[in-house]
Order: sequence, then C-alpha cells, then structure tokens
Amino acid sequence: MSVAAAFFYLFSAVMIASAFMVIAARNPVHSVLFLILAFVNASGLFILLGAEFLAMILVVVYVGAVAVLFLFVVMMLDVDFAVLKKGMLQYAPVAAIIGVIVVIELALVVGGWTAKPGAAPKAASNLSNTEALGRVLYTQYAYFFQAAGMILLTAMIGAIVLTLHHKPGVKRQVIADQNARDRKEAVELKKVPSRTGI
Amino acid sequence: MDFSWVIPLLIILAKTLAVLVAVLIYVAYAIYADRKIWAAVQMRRGPNVVGPWGLLQSFADMLKFIFKEPVIPAGANKGVFLLAPFVTALLALAAWAVVPINEDWAVANINVGILYIFAISSLGVYGVIMGGWASNSKYPFLSALRSAAQMVSYEVSIGFVIITVLLCAGSLNLQDIVKAQDTKYGMLGWYWLPLFPMFIIFFISALAETNRPPFDLVEAESELVAGFMVEYSSSPYMLFMLGEYVAIVTMCALTTILFLGGWLSPIPFAPFTWVPGVVWFVLKVSFVFFMFAMVKAFVPRYRYDQLMRLGWKVFLPISLFMVVLVAAVLQFTGWGGRI
Repeated sequence: MSVAAAFFYLFSAVMIASAFMVIAARNPVHSVLFLILAFVNASGLFILLGAEFLAMILVVVYVGAVAVLFLFVVMMLDVDFAVLKKGMLQYAPVAAIIGVIVVIELALVVGGWTAKPGAAPKAASNLSNTEALGRVLYTQYAYFFQAAGMILLTAMIGAIVLTLHHKPGVKRQVIADQNARDRKEAVELKKVPSRTGI
Repeated sequence: MDFSWVIPLLIILAKTLAVLVAVLIYVAYAIYADRKIWAAVQMRRGPNVVGPWGLLQSFADMLKFIFKEPVIPAGANKGVFLLAPFVTALLALAAWAVVPINEDWAVANINVGILYIFAISSLGVYGVIMGGWASNSKYPFLSALRSAAQMVSYEVSIGFVIITVLLCAGSLNLQDIVKAQDTKYGMLGWYWLPLFPMFIIFFISALAETNRPPFDLVEAESELVAGFMVEYSSSPYMLFMLGEYVAIVTMCALTTILFLGGWLSPIPFAPFTWVPGVVWFVLKVSFVFFMFAMVKAFVPRYRYDQLMRLGWKVFLPISLFMVVLVAAVLQFTGWGGRI
C-alpha cells in the first residue's frame, strides 16, 4: 500500500465518521465542529487528487467563512433538547419517506453513471491547476461565472434589505463629526488660581 | 514491501523539527522583546530578573505555566474546552510549513503557498470561538462573538491585498513571489514601494487579524477581563499565548515575503549579497515585529464600532479599488508577470 493510498483511507474514514457524527451528535455545536472536520478531510482528498487550488478554496470559503457564521448562529440559539426530542416521532414517517426517496435517487444516479470512454483526465500540461482553472473559468465559462456572481449579489442585497432596520429616534455616532473636532473646541485650558478652585 | 519512502519521510520530519524549534525560540525572544519595547516606551525596565538582562524570562514563564494546576470550570464543555488551545497553537505552527526562510529553505514548496497560509490563518478564529463558548461563562462568550466578527472582517481586506501582490508576481508560490521582487533596484524594487497603500492596509489588517493592540478588543482587559481566555489556566493558557504570538510572527513573516522581499538583500551588490538570505529574512521579520510592538506601546485602543467601520467602510473599498487599478495598470502597460 502506497503512502498516498494510506492517506486516502485515513481521510475518507475520518470524513465518513465525522459526517455521521454531524447527525448523531447531541449538541448542535459539536455537530458543526464535526462538519468542519469533514470539510477539512474533504480538502485533504482534493490534495491527494492533485487539485490543490480547490482544496485551499474549500478551506478558505467553507471552513474559514461559512462554517464560522454557522457556528456563530448555532451558539447563539438556545436549543432545548427536551422540546426537540418531543416532536421527533410525529415527523418520523415524513422524514423516512424523504430519506427513502433520496437514497433511491442517489442509487439511480450513481448506478447509471459511467465515465465517457474519451473522458480520461487530460495529461497535465505545464500549467499549474490554478492557471488551468482560471483559463477555463474566464474564457469558456465566463457568462456562467458572471451569472453566478449576479445571483450571489442579488442574494446578498436581499439579505441586507431584509435585515437592515433604521430605528428613528436613536442617537447615532457620526464619525465625520467626531473626526472634524479639533483641539480648540474639544479641550479648554483653565487657569486655576491656587486654593480657590474653579 | 517497498521502503523507499522512509528516507524522504525522515528528512521531512527533521526539517519540520528544525523549523519548529527555530520558530519557538524566536517566539520566546519575540515575547521578551515585546515586553522590553513596551517597557522602554513607558520608561519602565521590563523583565530584568531571570538570566542576564532578563533574557530567560520567557522560559521561566513557560516552566511556571507547565507546573501550575490546570483548572477546568465545572460547567465547561470539557472536550471543546481542552481542544480550543490545541487548535490555536497547532494552526499557528502549521502555517510555518510553507514559509520560505531562504531560497529553497521551506519544509514544503507548494504551488498554492499563499492560499495555504491564508486558509490556515482564517482557521485561527476557531480556537477563539471554541474557547469562548466551551468556557460556559459570559465574558469569554462575548469576547468570542466579538473576535469572530473582527477576524472575519479583516480577512476580507487581507485577501484583496494578497490578490494585488499575486497580480504583480503572477504566482501563488511564495518563493516565486519573493523572486519576482528581485530586481536591480534592490529594496526600491520590493512591493512595499509600488504597492505602498496596500502595504499599510496589510500591516493594519494584520494587527486586527492577530488581535494585537490597538485592535485587541477580544481581550480588552478593561471591559472583558481577559476575553476568551478568562477561564483558562496553566498549560492550556500557555498554548493560547503561544498560538497568538506564533500567529503574530507568521504575519510578520508574511509581510516580509509579500512586501519586503523575503530573503533578498536590500542593496543588490557585492558585500551585501554575501550575507546569507536567512539573516536578511530574520532581520526583516524582526523589523516588522518591532513595528507591531511599537504600535502596541503608543496607539490607544479602538472602540468596537470604529474597528468595524475601518474594516468594512475604509479598507474594503480601498483594497477593492486597488485590485481593479493594479490589474488595469498591469494589463495596459504589460508589466504583469508571466501570465
């Protein structure tokens, strides 16, 4: 067994185990931490495939930004486990039906999927995979890339519009006014005669 | 069985150990220097008891931390509580795997080195959040929330600064970035001069990213006692402290590589180019660390809203604009790297 294979089994095993723990853990914060472990192992698998750019982007975007906000939200929620457990049986049939449907779909997709004969990975040219990815993304798929960007922008503006409230009657700090103050109006030097006070 | 992988593995282990020991010793003296500089600015003496001029102070502190009893609060989430300092220290040290100390002197010379460091430093926030949450106490939790917002905000502008440097160098490899700064102009050809605004933004963002004063709202003593570390004692506390200072030194090294020409000599002719590159590298890292320490000594702490405003309303637009400007200049003048 080569070293790469050993690492493949290590990453895969830890990833599957932590993915299972995401749904099995009792504490939601632990679930998120296991999710992060799964992400990190996925990026390890990408490195084994030689896709180092994707691996790093996975860590930067999912682990470094998305999961942080996720953890943030989960920590702020006051989750009461007793209440959560109470309703579980009620929803079990619906959940089971959805689960079975998803499993069937996955089986169909994975079972019916074969690689095209000519689709073997192209021999690596002297481009690094960052460069290769950039060339395809900004030429061949430029419109899709732009469209994805527009969708994200729309979602971002939507989120801001939904959450931004301007309460009237609140005293706000105007940074420009604060910066505009100078020593003359902010500090006053008083000559105090001794033993009399101001 | 094929055992040809054993020798390379041993070489990698030896290199890793050498880098780790060097970084830890450097960090021990960085902490000492930080305290001495701070003391000198305030006209105090600073640590001067252990060893000559107090030079062994950091090691004495380390021994003391190790021999104290670790206290775990009763309501704490034990596993996460103990995991947090390890995550902090481990991630901070892991970044040094790709830092080129001299030409070809790096444990791993990978193609996406700069992204690796960016990814690792963006994970640093987990130690803080986990520590704050697992303590099950109010001040640490407030501090963890603050720091999560702060570190994520400043990562954005650091990312854009890195992009401008990448555009100029035309590579994500740290060695290539340093080599791209090797011109006949010496220190005037390093990126700090052509990208001067970005150099300033990077330096200030690095202060915020590593929770250094004036942005140390994470552990603002006056309002949050000691922030997310309140409940920590002995070795776990030491690991937090170590991780923090290693992260600071990493940021100094990154500043050196991106803007100050890494191991290159500042004056590109004979007597200066004979000096080994590693000497220049350490000198430059120490210079940047000196600036970090001076900022700590004489800049008053920011208010939280000022910090957020600076990150999102000042640095983000400037760095975004600079990315567009630099890209346009490189495109229309043909100065760009190899792309």
